[in-house]
Amino acid sequence: MKAIPRYIINFVVLVALQIFLFNNIQLGGYINPYIYILFILILPFNTPKWLLLVVGFFLGFSIDLFSNTIGMHTSATVFLAFLRPFILKIIAPREGYESETFPTVKYYGINWFLKYAVILVIAHHAFLFYIEVFRFSDFFSTLLRVILSSIFSLTMIIIGQYFYRKEKRR
Amino acid sequence: MRSFFDFLLRIHFLLLFILIEVFSFILLVNNNNYQQSSVVNFSRQFSGRYYSRISNVKQYLSLEEENKKLAEENIRLLNLLESSINKNRDIYGNIVDSLTNQQYTYITAQVVNNSISKKHNFLTLNKGYASGIKPEMAIISQDGVVGIVKGVSRNYSTVISLLNFDFKISSKIKKNDFFGSLSWDGTNYRYATLKEIPLHADVQIGDTIITSGFSSIYPEGIVIGYISDFEEKTGSFYEIKVKLSVDFKKLKNVYVVRDLLQKEKIELEEQTQ
Repeated sequence: MKAIPRYIINFVVLVALQIFLFNNIQLGGYINPYIYILFILILPFNTPKWLLLVVGFFLGFSIDLFSNTIGMHTSATVFLAFLRPFILKIIAPREGYESETFPTVKYYGINWFLKYAVILVIAHHAFLFYIEVFRFSDFFSTLLRVILSSIFSLTMIIIGQYFYRKEKRR
Repeated sequence: MRSFFDFLLRIHFLLLFILIEVFSFILLVNNNNYQQSSVVNFSRQFSGRYYSRISNVKQYLSLEEENKKLAEENIRLLNLLESSINKNRDIYGNIVDSLTNQQYTYITAQVVNNSISKKHNFLTLNKGYASGIKPEMAIISQDGVVGIVKGVSRNYSTVISLLNFDFKISSKIKKNDFFGSLSWDGTNYRYATLKEIPLHADVQIGDTIITSGFSSIYPEGIVIGYISDFEEKTGSFYEIKVKLSVDFKKLKNVYVVRDLLQKEKIELEEQTQ
């Protein structure tokens, strides 16, 4: 409970970063990084599933409000929130997740986090970009966008993780 | 009931996800022009296909009425056609035969009754004296000689077919002008027999037989048929089998030949006698 203010700050910071910084990065028309989903990724393990969906909804909706794409990020982020529990279950370490830990690099290492983030980021980006073009006729050019943007977003997310780490240590 | 709630509780995550996702999509479609138009287009395509199916079925159900309408329209248009109008109006075309200086006019007529199986075959035409047809006029079709008018009523006339024992026509071989008398032997409706061609005439299979023009009924040069076989008979004459150019079995449109100078000729001949 006492963590809630920190998550609210997280939320605001990530949304602001996305809106003011990353929404303006569009490299070659193919790369649109979306790092705000980091918020969903690093929610505690014991977050109720329904809350994940609700949080996903509001997170996506906030991004949509500011990027003038109502519904697009919302649906993609809700989808991401829906997938998260299943992915966590699939890639769980043999001894399971310890209590008092978070799904971050700090607790489970870069390899685990990479596996976790790659799956979810690609899922989210694919959902988002296909919703955006809304047809399958440009399937492969959309796929290219998904892959390139995912790589960029992942890079940003990993870097962000190391920022967190340092912050925590202090 | 309880197990139902248990079930709902078990899948509440999925249900909630579907609910929120559907809500997001509603937001998406309602707030984004592109996605909105895509959805509208898709549903319009779908409904369009559906409506065209429905209308196909509807059309099928009203086919009978539709057919009736079409038939009526067909009849109306047929009546406007030139050929229909001309059915009861005669076309007179003048042909000047510069060799004999005779003038012929033609009247179109249609065969309304026909026989080929008897020994004395007659045709009935749908034109009578109201159209200017008189006995002894020649009947031809575009393929060749058909017969001679025998009886005439106001709107009909009977024709002695070439396929008749009583019919004899003066004819000649086109390439060398040897003339003879052609008649039907009463067996095969496709063949007639040409007699009185002398043995010294050059006769070959495939030669064209035409009218001689001697009778003053037929103009000269109308095709009768083609030689299909010949043999020597009765000493000094050939008996030639002629395949008729007119297929009497599918005879429909014929022309009545009117010889404008026939009366003058006959009067002169009577005076002379």
